[in-house]
Amino acid sequence: MSTIFGIPAPALYGQILIGLINGSFYALLSLGLAVIFGLLRVINFAHGAQYMLGAFAAYLLLNYVGIGYWPSLMLAPLIVGAVAVVIERTMLSRLYSLDPLYGLLLTFGLALIFEGMFRYWFGAAGKPYSPPAQLAGGVNLGFMFMPIYRGWVVIASLVICLGTWLLIEKTRLGAYLRAATENATLVQAFGVNVPRLLTLTYGLGAALAALAGVLAAPIYQVSPLMGSNLIIIVFAVVVVGGMGSILGAIVTGYMLGVLEGLTKVFYPEASSIVIFVIMAIVLLVRPAGLFGREE
Amino acid sequence: MAVETHYIPAQPKARTSTVVLGAVAIAALLAAPFVVYPVFMMSILCFALFACAFNLLIGYVGLLSFGHATFFGGAAYFTAHAVKVWGFEPLAGLLVGVVGAALLGLVVGFLAIRRQGIYFSMITLALGQMFAFICLQAPFTHGEDGIQGVPRGHLLGLIDLNQPLAMYYVTLAIFLFGFFAIWRIVHSPFGNILQAIRENERRAISLGYRVDRYKLGAFVMSAALAGLAGGTKAIVFQFATLTDVQWQMSGEVILMTLLGGIGTLIGPVVGASLVIALQNYLAAYDFPVTVLIGVIFVICVLIFRRGIAGEVIELMRRKAG
Amino acid sequence: MRDAPLLEVRDLNAWYGESHVLHGVDLDIREGETVTLLGRNGAGKTTTLRAIMGILRRREGVIRLRGQDLLKLPLHKVAQAGLGYVPEERGIFASLNVAENLMLPPKVAESGMSVEEIYRLFPNLHERRTSQGTKLSGGEQQMLAIARVLRTGAKILLLDEPTEGLAPVIVQRIGDVLVALKERGMTILLVEQNFRFARKVADRFYLMEDGRMVGSFPGPELDAHMDQLHEVLGV
Repeated sequence: MSTIFGIPAPALYGQILIGLINGSFYALLSLGLAVIFGLLRVINFAHGAQYMLGAFAAYLLLNYVGIGYWPSLMLAPLIVGAVAVVIERTMLSRLYSLDPLYGLLLTFGLALIFEGMFRYWFGAAGKPYSPPAQLAGGVNLGFMFMPIYRGWVVIASLVICLGTWLLIEKTRLGAYLRAATENATLVQAFGVNVPRLLTLTYGLGAALAALAGVLAAPIYQVSPLMGSNLIIIVFAVVVVGGMGSILGAIVTGYMLGVLEGLTKVFYPEASSIVIFVIMAIVLLVRPAGLFGREE
Repeated sequence: MAVETHYIPAQPKARTSTVVLGAVAIAALLAAPFVVYPVFMMSILCFALFACAFNLLIGYVGLLSFGHATFFGGAAYFTAHAVKVWGFEPLAGLLVGVVGAALLGLVVGFLAIRRQGIYFSMITLALGQMFAFICLQAPFTHGEDGIQGVPRGHLLGLIDLNQPLAMYYVTLAIFLFGFFAIWRIVHSPFGNILQAIRENERRAISLGYRVDRYKLGAFVMSAALAGLAGGTKAIVFQFATLTDVQWQMSGEVILMTLLGGIGTLIGPVVGASLVIALQNYLAAYDFPVTVLIGVIFVICVLIFRRGIAGEVIELMRRKAG
Repeated sequence: MRDAPLLEVRDLNAWYGESHVLHGVDLDIREGETVTLLGRNGAGKTTTLRAIMGILRRREGVIRLRGQDLLKLPLHKVAQAGLGYVPEERGIFASLNVAENLMLPPKVAESGMSVEEIYRLFPNLHERRTSQGTKLSGGEQQMLAIARVLRTGAKILLLDEPTEGLAPVIVQRIGDVLVALKERGMTILLVEQNFRFARKVADRFYLMEDGRMVGSFPGPELDAHMDQLHEVLGV
């Protein structure tokens, strides 16, 4: 069996794949956080809870309504996005004139409510969710064995990230979003309904988190707390990348995921903290973040 | 944080009404263990001190730390270890906890103050999570089990802290010491500069203050006092566990302060008492505490940003014209 | 009703926070007219435009466009009612390229210029349409800011100091553009300090001082009012 730096090659590739998977979720979530923060100036602490809600929506749709994975990929983001729209209209929109920290505290409270309720209803234990039949099994790539579903997640998340980036950079809606991030008042003075744009953006960000949740359901178990630890890591990813750039958020997400995977191979004890350590180093060397501008 | 609080300028002498109120409060605290369970009161005192320490940062410097559990829970581990494994006398054990928390505060603060506002909060949260992971893996914390069976010991070799009343009065003394330390800090020239930084950081910089040093100083003091609270808790309850270093605990101390009134001296005490009482009450039911904490958060942020003490002060101010 | 003003402002008061900055401003603009607000820095000209647009929210009084009350409308409805705003700082977005900046304001009426017409009027913008908006020169940015609202079909242009800080040759060019727009029947409310520039296009002048209207006269009478003008403008 071939080895690389004394590590069996398949183990190394396996961890890189796991790193890519984790990185996919870091990228998807930090992307949504960055888009929401750019326009609303709110750090959406509920992002992890919305990811969890997406996974749960898929789980509940399957077990109570009999709706499978593929429709859930559409439905779950719609449901969670709709809930987010209500939250933005009734609560978040009252806080825009205040210090951004209030938005963080509000969404923190909402995250506790969602996670607490689901834990109360479904218990803390994870629930299995099988990948769809079309993506079950695995293939031998010659250098490693890859479960098809994992390959699908990496490709799907890349496509979603790219799609979101195109939406923001190349469409009219994206131009509104970019312009309003710079100067919301002027954009509204040009006749764009900015309050509705804010609602839509929050809804889209939450839907993106929910979509990540559905993708994650067959990989990690569906559990009420699956989002809360993830969101803190994603915060660190966001600090490392800086929130000024959409592409930066995506690249940083994948990069840190892979780095974390490699740490699991070479120094497993440090794998749970490596992202935080990198955050600390980046703060020392380049406080604004790798892709950020000092505000 | 541009919070809706009232910053009360340093007064050379406390007003007589304040002195009277303070005397009544201390008398009530002295009598309390004869009315309610001492353990319950000691729990309130520990968390009240923790919340006051946290409030020093948010209320008087405008920095929202989302990782204060690190200092509270970290000190609990340090004190528990020093007392149980090294056989330290309780006060020396507390000192180990406080110094340890201050050192942690120095590291976390040094990193976190490199960014402002919302980033500061995210960084403290992330570093707090990192510390929680370290505690999970480090051998001396005993992972999921925590450090159990910490002896209360004899204070200075004289007072037997296994006596509930003795333990209570020592805890009360520690709380009062911490509370007045914070009062002194807030009303010192140092505290005035902190508040000037909160009001207008640019202006403070242009006046020639090394703003970062003041922020770091405040951060370390806040961490040390949070450590005093955590160390005391370890001795009172005779254990230190992961619960105290996790982000949920950082969230709870924020809630206590927000509910009681950010930027008021007494607010965190009120908030901590209410939250602890509520948790005690709910323990008998199966309704999840986290949900209620979340609901209180939402209500406070949406309609009650001054907190209880803040609202009362505002009411009295309006009455006084 | 032929002479009923297109835009009618009555007793407009406005506040920045606690400070009262506009005091009972009256202003009329008839269809096809170009009206110029003159006054010193801080006289309240820009504030008047911002109050009419609704960017400055704390206002009292009457602002009517063809009889429709603008005061109660949310900010984005004001543009939709037909006001096109060209801010003093030009408001070109750095994260948008020139074409995106041009296409940003939604159309409010079908009567606006087509993109082809706009590029014919401003050939530079066509040449640089893929450049980042803020990479343009000051003059080009000003052209872009004006071009941007021409496409929307706005009935009235609110132009805030379009010549400020620009070279004479560019000022000349902007003057030509305004004349061309006037000939197309566009209604314009122009804020200027440079009355030599304004006299080429203005049908009427208003004079402002300390947040109040202190005078008004038809364009051709400018010379007759030179003394008052010098006093108010301090030139």
